Amino acid sequence: MKKWMKYVKPYLLYFILGPLCMIIEVIGEVLMPLYLAEVINGAVYHTLTNEQSVWVMVKMIGTALIMMIGGVGGSYFGAKASVNFAADLRADLFRKVQGYSFANIDKFSTGSLVTRLTNDVTQVQMFVNMMLRMMLRSPGMLIGGVIMAVSLSPSLSVVMAVTIPLLLGAIAFIIARGMPRFSKMQTKIDALNSTVQENITNVRVVKSFVREDFESQKFEKANKDLKSAGMSAMKNMIFMQPVQTFFMYITTGLVIWFGSQLVISNYDAGITNFSVGELSSFINYVSQILFSLMMVTMLLMFSSRALASAKRISAVLDEKIDIIDSAEADESATIEKGKIEFKNVTYRYHKNSAEPVLDNIDLTIPAGSTVGIIGSTGCGKTTLVSLIPRLYDTDEGEVLIDGRNVKEYTLYNLREGVGMVLQKNVLFSGTIEENLRWGDEDATDEQMFAAAESAQADKFVKNFTHGYKTELGQGGVNVSGGQKQRLCIARALLKNPKIIILDDSTSAVDTATEAQIRRAFREELAESTKIIIAQRISSVKDADMIIVMDDGKITGIGHHDELMESNVEYQEIYNSQISGSEGGNGDGKKS
Amino acid sequence: MARSLEELQKQYNSSSKPGAPKMGGGGPRGGGPRGGGPRGMGGKPKDVKKTIGRLLGYVGKYKVLLFVVLIFMMINTVMSLVGGYMTRPIINRLSAYVGLEVDAETINTPIYIMLDSAIESVKNAATGFIAGIVGDSYNPVATEVLFYIMATIMILVVIYLFTILTNYLQARVMMTISQNSVEKIRNDLFNKLQKLPVRYFDTHPTGEVMSRFTNDVDNIDVMLNNSLTSIVSGVISLVGTFVFMITTNIWLTVITIVFVPFFAIVGAKIAGASRKYYSGQQAALGAANGYIEETVTGQKVVKVFNHENTCCDEFETLNEDLRDKQMKAQFYGGIMGPIMHNTSMISYSVTIGVGGILMVAGKLDPGALQLFAQYSKQFSMPINNISQQTSSIFSALAGAERVFAVMDEEPETLDADDSLKMKDVKGEVIFKDVTFGYNPDKVILKNLSLYAKPGQKIAFVGSTGAGKTTVTNLLSRFYEIDSGEITIDGVNIKDIKRDELRSNIAMVLQDTHLFTGTVMENIRYGRPDATDDEVVAAAKTASAHSFIMRLENGYDTMLEGDGANLSQGQRQLLNIARAALSKAPILVLDEATSSVDTRTERHIEHGMDRLMKTRTTFVIAHRLSTVRNSNAIMVLEAGKIIERGTHEQLLELKGRYYELYTGKRELD
Repeated sequence: MKKWMKYVKPYLLYFILGPLCMIIEVIGEVLMPLYLAEVINGAVYHTLTNEQSVWVMVKMIGTALIMMIGGVGGSYFGAKASVNFAADLRADLFRKVQGYSFANIDKFSTGSLVTRLTNDVTQVQMFVNMMLRMMLRSPGMLIGGVIMAVSLSPSLSVVMAVTIPLLLGAIAFIIARGMPRFSKMQTKIDALNSTVQENITNVRVVKSFVREDFESQKFEKANKDLKSAGMSAMKNMIFMQPVQTFFMYITTGLVIWFGSQLVISNYDAGITNFSVGELSSFINYVSQILFSLMMVTMLLMFSSRALASAKRISAVLDEKIDIIDSAEADESATIEKGKIEFKNVTYRYHKNSAEPVLDNIDLTIPAGSTVGIIGSTGCGKTTLVSLIPRLYDTDEGEVLIDGRNVKEYTLYNLREGVGMVLQKNVLFSGTIEENLRWGDEDATDEQMFAAAESAQADKFVKNFTHGYKTELGQGGVNVSGGQKQRLCIARALLKNPKIIILDDSTSAVDTATEAQIRRAFREELAESTKIIIAQRISSVKDADMIIVMDDGKITGIGHHDELMESNVEYQEIYNSQISGSEGGNGDGKKS
Repeated sequence: MARSLEELQKQYNSSSKPGAPKMGGGGPRGGGPRGGGPRGMGGKPKDVKKTIGRLLGYVGKYKVLLFVVLIFMMINTVMSLVGGYMTRPIINRLSAYVGLEVDAETINTPIYIMLDSAIESVKNAATGFIAGIVGDSYNPVATEVLFYIMATIMILVVIYLFTILTNYLQARVMMTISQNSVEKIRNDLFNKLQKLPVRYFDTHPTGEVMSRFTNDVDNIDVMLNNSLTSIVSGVISLVGTFVFMITTNIWLTVITIVFVPFFAIVGAKIAGASRKYYSGQQAALGAANGYIEETVTGQKVVKVFNHENTCCDEFETLNEDLRDKQMKAQFYGGIMGPIMHNTSMISYSVTIGVGGILMVAGKLDPGALQLFAQYSKQFSMPINNISQQTSSIFSALAGAERVFAVMDEEPETLDADDSLKMKDVKGEVIFKDVTFGYNPDKVILKNLSLYAKPGQKIAFVGSTGAGKTTVTNLLSRFYEIDSGEITIDGVNIKDIKRDELRSNIAMVLQDTHLFTGTVMENIRYGRPDATDDEVVAAAKTASAHSFIMRLENGYDTMLEGDGANLSQGQRQLLNIARAALSKAPILVLDEATSSVDTRTERHIEHGMDRLMKTRTTFVIAHRLSTVRNSNAIMVLEAGKIIERGTHEQLLELKGRYYELYTGKRELD
């Protein structure tokens, strides 16, 4: 609750004025039936005059106008409060997620984070807006109606004291019965949708295996399931209105009956405080009360959904960011040379999983050297290099750069010094130039061209009609896989980092181009430490040092020739890529 | 270097997908059980008449039931009007008792007289019963009044029972009609999809096709279930209320009617303004959400580049714009309710004021005033309702139109009547002068000819867009060739039944997709009658067995969400296993092992070698190591085969293949 107050506080005035305006509307609403009573009683007692009628009308119109002002004001303040609330919340969520570590992101998955920041915020915003406008309105009308009814006739109000609990019970029963049916229906909807989705994405498979009829049957079954689940949910829900009407009528009938008796006996006894006019208003209050009651139950139903969203948002806000600048970080420390050391490093994805992803790694990478890492998928290559810019933190042991623990750098300085091209890489909407300048906003055009040239991207970029101003993404050009990888490398190069890491970043680039990139690395980045994770032997063959990994351990370190002599695994990988041919570049991948 | 609002809007607005969440005005109305699919999305229907006509085709089956619903609605509306009317005689009798004798002329209307005599006859018929309830503690005049009131209540009970019953039955029948119709629409839509050519799916994004099933059909559902009935019953009750009003008092009726155009104008004005701001809000929301989606999806890259602050700044820009637009939209959306409601309150006030004057003049009875107080509120409700429902009806019609547009798509050409069945296909494949383009103006393959003997392995190498995948698309007739011919065992594939043709070709495609189901079911997809042992054997051939055994439940492991729990390489292995199980004499491997590491690929090759001996195989790969041992390698460029031969021959040729192989040239 406290964390939500943060978003309410700056707009507290709106949060108060909104409902206050609504109260004005409610009060008017509650008063209206009294005017009717005044006119009817006046007529019944022959005291009504034309002047009085006009006066009542003027009063009523005045009330209606004030109510309108209240309603419009409520809407104004409600919009101010809820929109500002949501905008602040959205901004905070976004900022929070920007602070997330890789582990935090992995925990939620990006898809779920996106939903939380978009859909869930919208849900909560709608709820807040509705609450501000309804929160006082429906319950207010309910309470106002009850107060008026009781003050008109306490004894007649007893009728409602009996019927309302019964009505609430009936509604609760229907809702309780409906909830599981609706959630069942939701699963059927999901099932149907995934059947369709699969069918569309797999259309070639379906057609090539001639399974159209099978798919149709599968769908018809899912469709039938959905229909019956939907029917079962609705069969229950359609009781709602008749039940509500039933209680409304029962209450009205009883009020008419007892009310009439009351009017008669009051008249006989010469009491004038409850007569025909009051009975007429009382009937109005009955419908007002019951109607508000239904609105309140609907509000409650609606809130359960918003509550679920609020919980999901809370989880994002409450998530503890596990990688932040540590206390011992020295703000002035930057990476100067790029020597990397791993000392007894062990890492697990889940703190309690038995198998470590990295098992007691000891490794020293000299500054300025070129290092290749090779090994089968899932052996821990990516994890190993992720520890360098602190994308993850070690469980045991330590990682040092230039002899200083990575935790003793600020995250900013650390990551400024380490350029990393991720395996799953993305470019963002915007021009190519804008994307490249992620590496260095202040780089000169010449520096940018140079980085692109080193990454072998300059040529194809210049071939685009708009060159570096070409828009990427939606509505822009689509670059091929290999071109994308080269742009990502250029982006990292522009950072001019002391340590550059390529995580399987040239898989879609053909071998010749890759060789040119490697040459550029050697020449342009002579002083930087270069770490290259690759599938192809050819990518790492010339490295100063090749690390062979298997199952979280390093099984061999050395030059190509040394490993060919001593490392069985390396030999196997090598053989799988060249066998049957004399050539070395046996697998020219296209881009 | 954060971008400006204009730049951001330009770049992210296009990513406001139809699925983006929508902001509704307040009120729980839109909630619905369907879990918030966006309502009222997208566009106006173009040909309303035709669309309605087709929808009627689905609902028309239930003509009788629809008629029944209509009857129920009418009974329901009339009954509740009559029920409301009953308070008039009651109030009048009570008024008379306490001193206001009603002028006979004011109540001298057919409805009043009819009801009055009905009450009287019930009173007379049930005297004994009523006497038991009223008791004898009242004076004779009061007893008489109470007798009358009790009789009225007894009639009311009957009327009320009718309204409740008809209300329930109407909902129940309508539900059956709408659910069955929607089921039929969905089935028709899906079955149509099965018949559409691959071209359709290549040219329409999955999300777009999906939204036919989700949003569009949902909107139709909502329309059939709610909107239609509320509009029809709204109209009925409008007419009914009008009839009851006019027979009760002409002057008060005039007052209520006078306000109607006022309502309509004010309503339309506000709706217009709110629609304008609403679309502004949607655009801003789309941009902000698009930005969130892209940034959060690429969050790891953002972090690696220390780009968090710039992203926050840019988002701030979009968020502030959204805040601004949303404020206006929410405000205008929100004032509709109070303004309309209180306008009706003004009409109510005038009714009561004038009613008072009429009563003073003895031209109106108190019961009638009470009745009008009720009616004037009732009269604005259906108007409000109808205006609200029209927008949802229009979006449902627009949705229906899109659904029907899919149903009207050109299906794959039907098999000719004399098309052949294939028996014991050997697998001789010939392409003769094949020319093809996805668009008429852009030719992809030009006069391509090739000959594959049964059991041969033919490979295609070339840049993206050179037409490699196109060759396989044509072989299985996913697309029809423009000129030339393709034959299998000497028969033109156009003359073969399409299903027959395809069941003779097993394909492993570039994009690996799996179905929800067990691993076993997925492998068995191509041959439902295969035994478990055969499935395992196929998995072994594809080198998939060992990883499958490591899965939680082995072959019975459920794959969900397109096998999200598997790596890309593992998914490819399952796809290969699926094809390996097939007995089709022609095998197509399109980048089948691109995500498999080279060592595993070797294993697969060994496994598949035995399989390929008896099959004609087409291989497309960008790893040249994959295609090396083919009988013939075709180097494709710009839709033409520029080199062909075995690996050795091509190397000797020292042409394009040689350049690629030795890394002197790059493919892109």
